[in-house]
Amino acid sequence: MAEAAESPGDPRTTSPRPLMRDLKAVGKKFMHVLYPRKSNTLLRDWDLWGPLVLCVTLALMLQRGSADNENDGGPQFAEVFVIIWFGAVTITLNSKLLGGNISFFQSLCVLGYCILPLTVALLVCRLVLLAKPGPINFIVRLFVVIVMFAWSIVASTAFLADSQPPNRKALAIYPVFLFYFVISWMILTFAP
Amino acid sequence: MATTATPAGGSRNGTGPEWGGFEENIQGGGSAVIDMENMDDTSGSSFEDMGELHQRLREEEVDADAAAAEEEDGEFLGMKGFKGQLSRQVADQMWQAGKRQASRAFSLYANIDILRPYFDVEPAQVRSRLLESMIPIKMVNFPQKIAGELYGPLMLVFTLVAILLHGMKTSDTIIREGTLMGTAIGTCFGYWLGVSSFIYFLAYLCNAQITMLQMLALLGYGLFGHCIVLLVTYNIHLHALFYLFWLLVGGLSTLRMVAVLVSRTVGPTQRLLLCGTLAALHMLFLLYLHFAYHKVVEGILDTLEGPNIPPMQRVPRDIPAVLPDARPPARVLNTTVKAVEVILQSH
Repeated sequence: MAEAAESPGDPRTTSPRPLMRDLKAVGKKFMHVLYPRKSNTLLRDWDLWGPLVLCVTLALMLQRGSADNENDGGPQFAEVFVIIWFGAVTITLNSKLLGGNISFFQSLCVLGYCILPLTVALLVCRLVLLAKPGPINFIVRLFVVIVMFAWSIVASTAFLADSQPPNRKALAIYPVFLFYFVISWMILTFAP
Repeated sequence: MATTATPAGGSRNGTGPEWGGFEENIQGGGSAVIDMENMDDTSGSSFEDMGELHQRLREEEVDADAAAAEEEDGEFLGMKGFKGQLSRQVADQMWQAGKRQASRAFSLYANIDILRPYFDVEPAQVRSRLLESMIPIKMVNFPQKIAGELYGPLMLVFTLVAILLHGMKTSDTIIREGTLMGTAIGTCFGYWLGVSSFIYFLAYLCNAQITMLQMLALLGYGLFGHCIVLLVTYNIHLHALFYLFWLLVGGLSTLRMVAVLVSRTVGPTQRLLLCGTLAALHMLFLLYLHFAYHKVVEGILDTLEGPNIPPMQRVPRDIPAVLPDARPPARVLNTTVKAVEVILQSH
């Protein structure tokens, strides 16, 4: 893709500006995650913009707003950031060691994009938390988080499963399950 | 399948045929994880196409120079054309050398393929090893086989981390996930790696036949019992139940590890030392995870909630008498903190 190296105002090209093109690609991938089908769009044209945006959104919204903790704010953001990226790297290494033929960045791309349902769950939880606290509140949040957690796993399985040897799919999917479980736990236990 | 080692991997990205000789010097462009040889199936990212871009620029330069050279018929045509071509060749050579060095550095340092054989397992094998880790074997006369794999132990450590995190109740406690997350990961990995190394060191002193990899695998699979116990007792809060599970499940997995070590060690003193240490550490770790972890969390919580205590509860004297029996250590801590608060605020 030589267009990526050319400047936007380059007279030699007639293609749309790279920013719009990238935004469209990111949007298309979001749609693929929301309606997971067996396709390799995420794999073919990987990019890390979507995962970065989602990760930053998640980390920002998971911060505690309470005023009586002087250690709040900074470390919280960094912790979420590190956990997501470190977790994604670990899963990628694991799947490569198991004999998968997926590239490093492709796997990061898929895992990052499949955090989208959990980000939606966090938004919904924040809205639900504006209502009266109580067991019903918790049950609603639990239900939403569980559904989105399952959605994330199904979405990432649809993209990642084909790259593994057929008899080892379960071994590669299990750490994905743990990873999204930890993120779901962080979302569920969030209380502003 | 994984990426195959193609020694001339760089040739895909636009070296001209005249530099074919340099390509043969590349050694071991082996299957690194960060697979720079596989650039053509990861389209869409600009930095990976620098080689392609370079090639295109070089071709355009060649065309431009060829056109310019033809115009300067009256000049020292031969010298000028030759100099330009020489500098281009030098630049190209430097690019290729730099790329080769970077590839080689990646292959050397980012080559996790040395770990690949330890992840060569099937799901059925992992399942059977998990079940076997709870069954102590009686026969200690022959050295028992330990599977040297790292997938199961690694996943068990991560599962233990996840269970530790899950153990914090969500309904009524404010949790600082940041602190807990780091502590959980540090605890579990520290135990797995640290105790394995320590027992391996003791095994070296006691002349036991076990390698570091086998020790890591053995202890890792021994954490399966811990996972089960904690998963149950974090959800059902009965201390009697916890003690029962601690003895039964924890004891079974410890017995299994002990039996394997005994079968690989000669001499009663050595066996006693090695197995006693491992049993003590393993059982005490489970105890620690159940009690001290909660206490640490509640200690943090109570310290944070100090200023928010309503005035009614700030009476240090009578509180120990009316304590509920559930968690005395935490309540004592609570009381101490509250008493300190009272003292500080009375000044």
